[in-house]
Amino acid sequence: MPLNEKAPATRLMQGNEASAEGALAAGVRFYAGYPITPSSEIAEVLAYRLPAFDGTFIQMEDEIASMGAIIGASLAGAKAMTATSGPGFSLMQENIGYACMAEVPCVVVNVMRVGPSTGMPTAPAQGDVQQARWGTHGDHPIIVLSPWSVRECFDLTVRSVNLAEKYRTPVILLMDEVVGHMRENVVLPDPASIPIVNRVTPTVPPEWYIPYEDNPSGVPAMSHFGAGYRHHVTGLHHDVRGFPTLREDEVEDLNKRLFRKISDNLRDIQQVEAYALDDAEIVVVAYGSVARSAKRAVVEARAAGRKVGLLRLITLWPFCRRALERVFPQAKVLVVPEMNRGQMSREVKRVNQGRAEVRTVNRTVGRLIRPDEIMAVF
Amino acid sequence: MKGETQKAYDYLRHDKKFPHVWCPGCGNGIVMGSLIRAISKLELSKDEVVLVSGIGCAGRITAYVDFSTVHTTHGRALTFATGIKLANPDVKVIVVMGDGDATAIGGNHLIHAARRNVDLTAIIVNNNIYGMTGGQFSPTTPYGLKATTAPHGHVEHAFNISRLVETAGGAFVARGSIYHVNLLDQLYKKAIAKKGFAVVETMSSCPTHFNKLNLMGGPVDSMNWLKSHAVPAEKASSLAEEEVRGKFRIGVLADRDIPDYQTEYEQVRLRAREANGYVLDPKEISKLLESYQCY
Ligand SMILES: Cc1ncc(C[n+]2csc(CCOP(=O)(O)OP(=O)(O)O)c2C)c(N)n1
Ligand code: SF4
Repeated sequence: MPLNEKAPATRLMQGNEASAEGALAAGVRFYAGYPITPSSEIAEVLAYRLPAFDGTFIQMEDEIASMGAIIGASLAGAKAMTATSGPGFSLMQENIGYACMAEVPCVVVNVMRVGPSTGMPTAPAQGDVQQARWGTHGDHPIIVLSPWSVRECFDLTVRSVNLAEKYRTPVILLMDEVVGHMRENVVLPDPASIPIVNRVTPTVPPEWYIPYEDNPSGVPAMSHFGAGYRHHVTGLHHDVRGFPTLREDEVEDLNKRLFRKISDNLRDIQQVEAYALDDAEIVVVAYGSVARSAKRAVVEARAAGRKVGLLRLITLWPFCRRALERVFPQAKVLVVPEMNRGQMSREVKRVNQGRAEVRTVNRTVGRLIRPDEIMAVF
Repeated sequence: MKGETQKAYDYLRHDKKFPHVWCPGCGNGIVMGSLIRAISKLELSKDEVVLVSGIGCAGRITAYVDFSTVHTTHGRALTFATGIKLANPDVKVIVVMGDGDATAIGGNHLIHAARRNVDLTAIIVNNNIYGMTGGQFSPTTPYGLKATTAPHGHVEHAFNISRLVETAGGAFVARGSIYHVNLLDQLYKKAIAKKGFAVVETMSSCPTHFNKLNLMGGPVDSMNWLKSHAVPAEKASSLAEEEVRGKFRIGVLADRDIPDYQTEYEQVRLRAREANGYVLDPKEISKLLESYQCY
């Protein structure tokens, strides 16, 4: 079935819907999830659309099960995704760590709502930024992306799938309620023009296959179950053959490779958008829906003759340190507006090291930060 | 017998994974032998079997056998297995879990896997205790006995795992024991061959913790206990109540022919391709509601 048969090229679309369409376009053929506002439309669209692609949609008994199922599906060769919001994201954490450790490509969409706990189920927040980074136990790298528009929900879902496949890692797409529920007119790209990345599979004969052997990329070839390359997958620290080990040298090799495959490829993984930064003395650092308000604030301040610019973070983790470093020569003030109590501004301050003055704008009352609230600190 | 031993050896991994972690006299080795014989008798190729396990002593089985294997997270083996089976229906997916793994932390997944009837085989190794973590009570620890977390006697009541699964759904439920090995081979074989969710509760032993805490002697005493307390299912119904009190039934407990999830989902795929989607016929609704057996 052609991708656009039921999805015309141009249409009024919701961010959640665009994310579901992006998943289909990227080749996701397995979705497992558990309903939760404000993410449920992603599940509903895929429940409707996936089976026609010979894909599988399954509603599991909870988010722990959903995460387990997508890991299983990915091990069996499918591109797999789930979507949730705060409470469900908390439940997924243990298995997200499993996917990091066993290097299982998969995508977790978290459409953020106000927490902690049940919080405000239909209201936007950005309170899961640090949970996305550190939510699962133990040291691990993670890739987290955050869209600001409906079209970008599509694009970044595709990109999340591609990065997951390329680096054999879970990728978290951190949307927020505004972006997820907002409707915009979008033109979806021609499916043929969408870059598709597939995991590297082994080319050696099965008896030569060493499932977790290092190579220059740090990403071992991945064979799927049933393909004739019998191997062991575990969340225990393992040697290159995948078997549990407590040997210090083998443990250290694994730890280092898991980090290296991400940190060696920051240029590929990290994405920001710069707006009016060239001469900016006041730089707003923002992401997700709040970046829309930030842009408006910058446009208005520019019109009033102020030297203000916007650094929009598209990749949240690994933190785009290099991009931030570039604004320092002339930036005197950094403004970090967030719908949380300052989760990303901590990171900005860490990189800033006292060079510029960091001003924060924090709202956790369940509504988008307004441009005037940002302008008030310029 | 020599031939059988050799057969088991052929299915073990020979690249560096031994000795195993199990204590002398533990039932897990017998479970592994039985499972290998069942797979071998069914003439399944090593490449078409995916063995999935949870966390616990029983869960360690996956590292030792030469199939595609996944050692998952505690309690979640069935969820991983569901994803594997639905993404690649060509493989046989067999899941091994401990009693705590399957019915405490994983209890919700167990009843839903049964209700959903995904084509999986689940072996639940019931040693009535948490072995790996050192003898804490599990949902199958008998009332009044001891565990390290029930030092003053256990005051909760045990699950009847087989009955729980039978009620939840699924295609096949059986109970065996590590003493009745020939029967166990047969039950595993039947469960693996069955299309749909099939469970074999396997009464096992943990001499190291359960026996020690409960003055039950050594591995041989466990065997004697299992031998004297098992009642063949086909005989149980003709026995008087006092004859079966405190005993457990072994054999096939439920065997139903119901379409598995994958077969049902093919319908969904067909309907999704139809222009108008799935249209409910108003005349059909009351008939469909009959399947919701509410009594
Ligand atoms: C989320 C989580 N909680 C707790 C544990 C610790 N843990 C490991 S095995 C186990 C219980 C094992 O008992 P059982 O499932 O009956 O298997 P057995 O060891 O007896 O074979 C527990 C509680 C864990 N690994 N993960
Ligand atoms: S602790 Fe008990 S269940 Fe675990 S290996 Fe030892 S005897 Fe077996």
